[in-house]
Amino acid sequence: MNRVTEKHLSRFQMALAKIKGNRLAQACLILLACLYLGAIFADVLSAYRYDDEDRNYSYCPPMMVRIFDKNGRLTRPYVPGVYFNFDENHKRVYHSDPFKKYPIKIFHKGYKYKLFGLIPCQRHLFGVDAPGRFYLWGADSRGRDLYSRILYGARISLSIGLIGVVISFSIGLLVGGVAGYYGGKVDNILMRLCEMFMMIPGFYLMLALMVVVPANFNSLQIYLSIVVILSFIGWASLARVIRGMSISLREREYVLAAKAMGLSDLRIILRHILPHTMSYSIVAITLSIPGYILGESALSLIGLGIQDPVPSWGNLLSEAMGIVRIKFAPWILLPGLFIFLTVICFNVIGDALRDCLDPTLETERK
Amino acid sequence: MDDLLWIKDLRVWVQDDLGPRELIKGVHLKVGAQKIVALVGGSGSGKTTAGLSILRLLAESMSIRGGEIVFEGHDLLKCSPRQMQELRGRDISMVFQEPLSAFNPVFTIGLQVFEVLRYHTKLSHGQIMERVEQLLLSVGLDNPSQVMRSYPHQLSGGMRQRAMVAQAIALNPKLIIADEPTSNLDVTLQAQIIELFRKLRDELKVSILLITHDMGVVRELADEMAVLFSGQVVEFGPTKDILSNPRHAYTSELVKILQ
Repeated sequence: MNRVTEKHLSRFQMALAKIKGNRLAQACLILLACLYLGAIFADVLSAYRYDDEDRNYSYCPPMMVRIFDKNGRLTRPYVPGVYFNFDENHKRVYHSDPFKKYPIKIFHKGYKYKLFGLIPCQRHLFGVDAPGRFYLWGADSRGRDLYSRILYGARISLSIGLIGVVISFSIGLLVGGVAGYYGGKVDNILMRLCEMFMMIPGFYLMLALMVVVPANFNSLQIYLSIVVILSFIGWASLARVIRGMSISLREREYVLAAKAMGLSDLRIILRHILPHTMSYSIVAITLSIPGYILGESALSLIGLGIQDPVPSWGNLLSEAMGIVRIKFAPWILLPGLFIFLTVICFNVIGDALRDCLDPTLETERK
Repeated sequence: MDDLLWIKDLRVWVQDDLGPRELIKGVHLKVGAQKIVALVGGSGSGKTTAGLSILRLLAESMSIRGGEIVFEGHDLLKCSPRQMQELRGRDISMVFQEPLSAFNPVFTIGLQVFEVLRYHTKLSHGQIMERVEQLLLSVGLDNPSQVMRSYPHQLSGGMRQRAMVAQAIALNPKLIIADEPTSNLDVTLQAQIIELFRKLRDELKVSILLITHDMGVVRELADEMAVLFSGQVVEFGPTKDILSNPRHAYTSELVKILQ
C-alpha cells in the first residue's frame, strides 16, 4: 500500500530543461554571466583605477595590440607609445611612436586594491609598465581608461537592477498578497495606494524624488537613494497582479486547511499563497530588471545619478552627449552598447522563462 | 457537563445573489469525551457548513446569527479571532474530504506537518522531525521518511488521507472534525480509515465529529448520530437506537438504504 509514485521533475527542473533547448536564451545567459563576472572581478580585470587620469591622453583612441615590430619580426605582444600633435582645428591627433614599445604583461603589477574588499592584491590581468599607457577601448576626456571604467561601472549598473528588484518585489508581493487575502477595506486602501503610484509617469516621479536627495551625498548614498527610489516606483504594478492571483488562491482548500490548523494569516500568505505566484513573479522579475538598469542610466546620464569620478554606464554615456565628441571619439558610446546588451539579454531570458513557466501559452502555440 | 462540545440552536445565514436566507436553521448536538458522533445529511443539507462554523471558518458570505457553540465550557462564538486561531489545530482540528486539495501542492507532506508543529510548539528542529515521523507511523504509513519527502500528488488517495489525519492529530487535539473523510476512497480503504479513527479514539482519547452521508460508515463507527435535514437536526441520539427506531421520515429513508 505504501507505494510512492516515481519522482516527477519539479517545475524548476522542467524550466531548466527547456532553457537548454533555447539557444538564444542560452547565449544570453552566458553573456550575462560574463558581464556579472566582469563586474565582480573588475579589480583584477581592469588595467587602471577608475579615477586614474592622464590628461596627455585625452580622447586617446583604442590601441591595437601588435605582434610584429617595426622590422616585421614576430615579437611578444606590445602596444606602441603614442604622441599627438594638433590639426588645423586644434584637435589632438594621436600617432603611434614606432620607437617606443611597451610589452603587455600578463598578471601585471599595477595599482593596489583589495580583492572582494578583503585580500590585498596588486596583480591585474594585463597591463604595461609606466610610462606607457594601454587604452584597450580608448580614453575619455580626462584620459581615463574606458575599459576599466566600464568594468567598474558594471558594478553599479548591474547590481542596481538586482537590488532594486529584490526590494520592490518584496514590497509588491507582500502588499499584493495582503490585499488579495484580506479583501474588503484593506484591499481597497492598498489598491488605491498602488494606483496613486501608477498614476504618475515613472520617470518624472523619479526625477522629482531625486531632487529631494541632498547634494552632498557621497556616491554610496546616492546609489542607495537611486535603488530606493526605483523600487519605490516599481512595486505597484506587481502588487496589483499578485493581488488578483491571491484572491483566487485564498479560496483553495489548502488555505482553509491551513487556517483550520491554526496558522496565522501572515504565515498563510507567505507559505500558501505567495509561492503559487512564483512562476509569474520570476518572469516579471526578469523582465523588470532592465527597467532599473535603464532608470539608473537615465538618471546618471542627465547628471542626477551617480557622480563623477565614480563610473556607472549611465554617467559614462553622459560624455557622449554631443555630436562632435561622438564624431571624433566614437568609442565613448561603448557603455551604451553594454546597456543595450544587458537589457536585451534580460528580456530574452525573461521571454524564455515565460515560455517555460506559463503552461497556458504553450498549449496555445501547439 | 462532561460534554466536550455542545452546539445549541446554531443558525447560519448566507448572503449571496439570491438574497439573505437561513442555511442552518437550528443544529443541536453534543459530543462527549472520547465519543465518535456522526452528523449525517444529504448534499446541501449544511453539514459541512455546520462543521466549519465550529472553527469559525465560514466563507465571507456566511455568518452565524444565533446559537451557542460551547467547547470545554467556553462559547466559541464569543472568542476573539486571536483565541480562535490558538484553538484551531491545538484543541480542535479538521480532516478534509479531499486531501489532495487540502495539502499545498508545492510543498512536501513532511514540511506541511512540520510547519504546524513548528508554529504551535517550541520543539527543536530535530525533535519536530522525530515527531513527524512518529505521527506518520502512527497513522499506518509504514515508510515515513519516504512519505515525508513526497509531494501530495505522489501519494495514493489512502496515503494522503492518512497523512491528513497525521497532520490533524499532530498537536494532540481534543476534537477532530472529519468532513467526509471516506467518501473519495474505495471500500477497502474506507474500512482501513474507519479502523484508524477507532484506533485514534481509543489511543489518543480524542472525540471525533464525523460529517458524512455514508450510512455504512456511521453504523460502523459512530456512537451517536445527528440527522441533519434541510438545515435542521431532526434526530439526535445513540446510533443503535436511531437506526433501529427511526422517528423522522428522512431517517427512515436513510435506514432503508442500509438494508
